[in-house]
Amino acid sequence: MKIWKALLVAAAVSTALVANVANAADKKIALVVKALGIGFFEAANKGAQEAAKEIGGVEVIYTGPTTTTAEGQIEVINSLIAQKVDAIAVSANDTDALVPALKKAMDRGIKVISWDSGVAPEGRQLHLNPSSSALIGNMCVKMAADNLPEGKGDVAILSATATSTNQNVWIEEMKKVLPNYPGVNIVTTVYGDDLADKSYRETQGLIQSHPNLKAIIAPTSVGIVAAAQAVADAGKIGQINVTGLGLPSEMAGHVKSGASKSFAIWNPIDLGYSATMLANDLIDGAEAKPGAELSMGRMGKLKLGENNEGAMADPFVYDASNVEEFAKIF
Amino acid sequence: MAEEPMTTRHIPDRLQGRSARLLKSWESLLVVVAILIFTVNSFASPYFLDPWNLSDATFNFTEKALIAFAMALVVISGEIDLSVASIVALTSTAMGYAAAQGFDTPALVAVGLMTGLACGAINGLLVTRLGLPSIVVTIGTMSLFRGIAFIVLGDQAFTSYPESFAYFGQGYVWWVFSFEFCLFLGFAVFYAALLHLTNFGRAVYAIGNNQTAALFSGVRVARVKFTLFLLTGLMSAIASICLTSRLGSTRPSIALGWELEVVTMVVLGGVSILGGSGTIGGVVLAALIMGMVTFGFGLLNVPGIVMSIFIGFLLISVIALPILYARLKRRMAH
Repeated sequence: MKIWKALLVAAAVSTALVANVANAADKKIALVVKALGIGFFEAANKGAQEAAKEIGGVEVIYTGPTTTTAEGQIEVINSLIAQKVDAIAVSANDTDALVPALKKAMDRGIKVISWDSGVAPEGRQLHLNPSSSALIGNMCVKMAADNLPEGKGDVAILSATATSTNQNVWIEEMKKVLPNYPGVNIVTTVYGDDLADKSYRETQGLIQSHPNLKAIIAPTSVGIVAAAQAVADAGKIGQINVTGLGLPSEMAGHVKSGASKSFAIWNPIDLGYSATMLANDLIDGAEAKPGAELSMGRMGKLKLGENNEGAMADPFVYDASNVEEFAKIF
Repeated sequence: MAEEPMTTRHIPDRLQGRSARLLKSWESLLVVVAILIFTVNSFASPYFLDPWNLSDATFNFTEKALIAFAMALVVISGEIDLSVASIVALTSTAMGYAAAQGFDTPALVAVGLMTGLACGAINGLLVTRLGLPSIVVTIGTMSLFRGIAFIVLGDQAFTSYPESFAYFGQGYVWWVFSFEFCLFLGFAVFYAALLHLTNFGRAVYAIGNNQTAALFSGVRVARVKFTLFLLTGLMSAIASICLTSRLGSTRPSIALGWELEVVTMVVLGGVSILGGSGTIGGVVLAALIMGMVTFGFGLLNVPGIVMSIFIGFLLISVIALPILYARLKRRMAH
């Protein structure tokens, strides 16, 4: 008797599951993230769901491994290939290790794109960068310039280490756009080595040696928090504005206190939204090649450059009006 | 026909038969579980019963199972080797380095196997010569081996593997049967024969049950144990060749956390963690079960954490069930 009951229950459950699959939408786009349970990626999923609703007839499968390993992501990708999804949009744990699995996916007619953290060119059709170095550099200077009293003043840069590639490229881009912002006078660049205490001390040094300092640009999430703290501790809130790249959850307090008027970072919701839109473009037959322009819905168009890479948009600016909301996300 | 008086004490005329023993064994329970999971999966997802999909799914467990065979022998002998995943990483790094120097596939395989054997020999010597507990030794070498891989690679990766090297992890012997899966079957037979049919296998059981008694019975305990650690080193190297070939690249974080998955497979297969009992058949079944559960849940897009919970539940129940069963039987007897 018991066995029959168990079998009946099992059968009922299976039928329900089969029915569930049969009701699935026409197009299946898988959003594969580095690991589940990370606020940044949960927010990206929110954007992906928004895109799916906008397109219509699209089911977004949000999935990923439990730990940030390439092996775990490959298992996930294999099961997506088996489900015959139409597209895979992945933020990769490993640039190279995912290539064989994703190549197999492409061999079986699945469209593959990478976003946020990229896959080597042979393992995907296009890569969506959240932003570009030029856009980041410009945005950093713009945020500093917008909040200068009377539009002019001394500005210092607090970077990570002197050898960190990303920061050096961004600082170079900042210097390139300076002619567009005549009020901004960059006085010096100091290095906090992405250590909270060193960044704090370097900022104290800046405040001492540059009495007319009006803004500090810190294009590093560690540096910007330390700089804002140093400015607050020195009682310079309102005189020196700290800006740059940071995380809303870490910066919310400093925005509230006024040590930082605004800062920027990519918006994960927009990123998930755009990745889904691009995957849908490829399913609908768009071709990914250098020079091509693909639609990203409300985010405009993505222009593909060398290696089929493209930049989504300007970094998203966070200020007192929205930082609280995003602080809950990442 | 006269009834026998109720007071007569029942004396069996023979011990439990072979078939009865087989029916009550751990392995038959695993077979039932495997069939159950297979059936549920086939109903739950229309994509499960596809030869190519099932073939893809075997990659989930083949490499880990290769290590689990050797690990089963080590655990039966009363020891453990927690450095296996790090041996995979170091072996992969060594092969990646050799590939970057321009060596071809046969040389890379040789480098891989030698590295694995060397790692196994270090573990074996520390355990048998210095008499250190294997759990301490291999926790140490776990950090050591992966540490070396991190020093060599940092945040870089080796990716310059020759084309022909891809066969081990991506090639197919016949139809849907991948090279890895055939290797899995071949080594299953080899280890089953080694453990269940040879003197060496008997010695492993003897050591696991009572090391001192085994020593006084003339079993060369140190030599057997050293060989077992060499075997885990060798199997980790073979797994590393497959995994590296499948990924086409090496990063120092490769196979991170596999040691626990391998031990899980061994214990789920009915090998006593205290040593002395277990079969290769059980490990094979456990590998298949873990592979099917992972794949089945993956097809339904069940979050990975639910899979971990399920495997944890399975593991605790397989350890607890026999104990509960024995207790129940004892209570009924009284």
